[in-house]
Amino acid sequence: MALIDDVDFGTPARPSAATVTLLIDGAPVTVPEGTSIMRAAQEVSRPIPKLCATDKLEPFGSCRMCLVEIEGVRGTPASCTTPVREGMNVTTQNARLERIRKGVMELYISDHPLDCLTCAANGDCELQDTAGEVGLREVRYGMDGANHFDAQVKDPIDVSNPYFQFEPSKCIACSRCVRACDEVQGTLALTLEGRGFASKISAGLEMDDFFSSECVSCGACVQACPTATLMEKSVVDHGVPTRSVETTCAYCGVGCSFKAELKGSEVVRMVPSKSGGANEGHSCVKGRFAWGYASHKDRITTPMVRESATDPWRKASWDEAIDFIATRFKDIQARHGKGAIGGITSSRCTNEEVYVVQKMIRAAFGNNNVDTCARVCHSPTGYGLKTTFGTSAGTQNFKSVEQADVILLIGANPTDGHPVFASRMKRRLRRGAKIIVVDPRRIDLVRTPHIEAAHHVPLRPGTNVAVMNAFAHTIVTEGLVDEAFVAQRCDMVEFERWRSFVSEPENAPEALAEKVGVDAETLRAAARTFAAAPNGAIYYGLGVTEHSQGSTMVMCMANLAMATGNIGREGVGVNPLRGQNNVQGSCDMGSFPHELPGYRHISDADTRALFEGDWGVHLHDQPGLRIPNMLDAAMDGSFRGIFVQGEDIAQSDPNTKHVQAALAAMDCVVVQDLFLNETAAHAHVFLPGTSFLEKDGTFTNAERRINRVRPVMAEKSGLSEWETVCRVARAMGYPMHYDHPSQIMDEIARLTPSFAGVSFARLDRDGSLQWPVNDAHPDGAPIMHVDGFVRGKGRFMITRYVPTEERSNRHFPLILTTGRILSQYNVGQQTRRTANSLWHPEDVLEIHPHDAEERGIVDGDPVSINSRVGATTLHARISDRMAPGVVYTTFHHPLSGANVITTEFSDWATNCPEYKVTAVQVNKSNLPSDWQAHREEFVAEHYRVTEPAE
Amino acid sequence: MSTNDIVRMANQIAEFFSAYPEDEALAGASQHIVDFWDPRMRAELEAHLAQGGAGLSPLALAVAKRITVHTQPELA
Repeated sequence: MALIDDVDFGTPARPSAATVTLLIDGAPVTVPEGTSIMRAAQEVSRPIPKLCATDKLEPFGSCRMCLVEIEGVRGTPASCTTPVREGMNVTTQNARLERIRKGVMELYISDHPLDCLTCAANGDCELQDTAGEVGLREVRYGMDGANHFDAQVKDPIDVSNPYFQFEPSKCIACSRCVRACDEVQGTLALTLEGRGFASKISAGLEMDDFFSSECVSCGACVQACPTATLMEKSVVDHGVPTRSVETTCAYCGVGCSFKAELKGSEVVRMVPSKSGGANEGHSCVKGRFAWGYASHKDRITTPMVRESATDPWRKASWDEAIDFIATRFKDIQARHGKGAIGGITSSRCTNEEVYVVQKMIRAAFGNNNVDTCARVCHSPTGYGLKTTFGTSAGTQNFKSVEQADVILLIGANPTDGHPVFASRMKRRLRRGAKIIVVDPRRIDLVRTPHIEAAHHVPLRPGTNVAVMNAFAHTIVTEGLVDEAFVAQRCDMVEFERWRSFVSEPENAPEALAEKVGVDAETLRAAARTFAAAPNGAIYYGLGVTEHSQGSTMVMCMANLAMATGNIGREGVGVNPLRGQNNVQGSCDMGSFPHELPGYRHISDADTRALFEGDWGVHLHDQPGLRIPNMLDAAMDGSFRGIFVQGEDIAQSDPNTKHVQAALAAMDCVVVQDLFLNETAAHAHVFLPGTSFLEKDGTFTNAERRINRVRPVMAEKSGLSEWETVCRVARAMGYPMHYDHPSQIMDEIARLTPSFAGVSFARLDRDGSLQWPVNDAHPDGAPIMHVDGFVRGKGRFMITRYVPTEERSNRHFPLILTTGRILSQYNVGQQTRRTANSLWHPEDVLEIHPHDAEERGIVDGDPVSINSRVGATTLHARISDRMAPGVVYTTFHHPLSGANVITTEFSDWATNCPEYKVTAVQVNKSNLPSDWQAHREEFVAEHYRVTEPAE
Repeated sequence: MSTNDIVRMANQIAEFFSAYPEDEALAGASQHIVDFWDPRMRAELEAHLAQGGAGLSPLALAVAKRITVHTQPELA
């Protein structure tokens, strides 16, 4: 339940062009065909009592509270399961109905503990509300009969889950939780076991509690529960909240809308917002529950400085810290040139915060050395989609997947990485769509309850482009191209070149099968399935981009979508699943060194003139350094100062030892963040950042949806991040001033055509907008390239398969690939400071049983993983999800040192690191690696904070 | 910035564009470097070329010869 509730219409909306008009209690109402009587009644403010119904779930018809009379119909049908008909005359309330409802309610209450005053749901209980609505005044059966709540018989409260509890004695067996798990989340972890009086909700098997079950803690069951049976522990502890603020989650690129429910300025719970365009009322364990990091004791809320990174930190005033930065940066520039400093923007920060950092770098630092963490994830998406389609963004909204017939999922594991979108995808798959999974691992979507992939292509890491070329070869040579679409929408010269290229025998599945490690018939069958789909949609993740051919692979997918006519309408498209909440936005805001906001190249004189006029500075026309280039330049001494906004490159970027050496070589490292992260160990200035609960601005999710982020509490540091950056810019000599973040968005809109119609006022009015929002698209564009590509004609690109230089050999015979897990997020800085670590306390190495057996490794053994650049030690988890020859780990814990192993190799076009292919050897070991052993000492030295003198 | 890295990156870019006819490949790869490389990286490539350009593929070598380094005195 949510205290600050939206109106619950009882059953879901049934979109339909046809309408039906009926009378409800004499009031005429017109609703779409297929609507339930219950929903139609709510439309005319005749709410019908209900217990098992909620508009988040399909009607069930079990509680018998929502009975109505219909003229000419015998009996009292349930209004939730009865659809409206033209001319119906419905009565929702009379003496007969009142008597029936009271009688049913008496039965419910006769087996419910009457502890309302001390119940956690007091004031937020649908059972309590409904008892009031039906006028229940007595329970004629008394409370002494067989029941589930007497101390002698009641089942214990299951408190195993860290975030919510299950109190069986309060259950009314309405099945809302079971249905939420099935219909909304799609995990099917819960069941109603037993019959009649013995019915009870069960998580998994008899021996399971919620924690040990398959429950993924999305919170859908808790939200659906009409009583205190499933209840957030934070509400049990603190009571029901009293106010709410609508805001946006700060975890993955799905960008779920939430109501932060509060008492005073204390968050009591986060409830997914039904009106949120991205999530439509659903959530995952991170957004719903893992927000406690915002008030964690490790938060640094005071600026700190130190002369050297080996000195202890010293707390400082804002003025002192900012003067320190400006003095050092100006000194570096005086000695080494303007290009000797730069900065990195953060995908965890708002558009407004990102915009001011890139502006500070271009206008106050006087160079284009700005980059963002998209460099290490989706920069190839930007390059590939811009080259082929003309703009750097996914083509669809999330809802589009509901119209897809075949989903081609490549290098993404949405049930872990993008769980709320995965639930939407699973709903579509359960209704009959097919899925093709291209992934070296057997991810959950290959086979999960009620879902089985039509094809799993367990390719060798690094062979994505070969797989796509084999698909394209099949489609072209078997006559499966949508010739009409191509002729109308695409550049035919480029298409004919591409057609000729992919038709070459070297691109045939039979020629590529051995390289790919998948038989030719599987490749052909998967290609045919995709090409035959009325609507074929491509979804992909970092398994596509984080390769030496990441950009080529993005172009491969764009080629495939164009060749099969799968662009420009619902149910199709090329859709990047973005890693962080504001990756799309940070890229939109001009965070790349070659582009100004709106993806306009820095060499374009007209664009530069526009910004120069507005900002009052001269801008350089040459691209600046990208993150890996900055680190390389630090090693040769030409880059000596960096401003790092909300990113932890010392943990997240590849070849950790190289990153650490580069940071150590700099004269001034500034970190703006919530916690002393791994990068901060090398910093000279720490500027306290703000959590998403303190921010005022906007995030843009993977579907280009711009959502408001609203502050629910004051900044713990006393200063917003955008104002901090403005002060640094001013100290550097550039006058940058705003009174409110809405003014920053106004400037973005003024200078960026795709944001021309965006403002805080408009977002507050409309909820969210999907860019472009301008004269051509006044209400935004959920689907892109509808009538034509942004670049005009779609451009097919030739995508020759070039094997990575990183290859397994006799010294390093296995391939390591990395990824993320459901409960943790990115470098774990946030989630590790929540109870989510109970699910994933450490990173482990997944290894195939054959590879483990060859090395004498048993499950749980500590193992050493060595690559040509470094080594680390993790515990082994033996799993046949892995293909033989491939091992896998996550990078959520700093001590794991997953990126100590990954190498300097990167995408040819963008320098996005090749995280997904590292040749390694794995051996049993009972010692930490040298790097791990050294880290403890390093942390002890670099994180000391001196207290100010008395 | 290490010369090895510069050579590897230039070769990777050349490899992608080598799928196109020679004149387009040369133009495409050159433009890519102009569009995405910081001037000091281009200067590094130019310096390596002046040393003979060891390790550069034939197309990357041609690209290195073609691009003009747009020096920016204030960034130097």
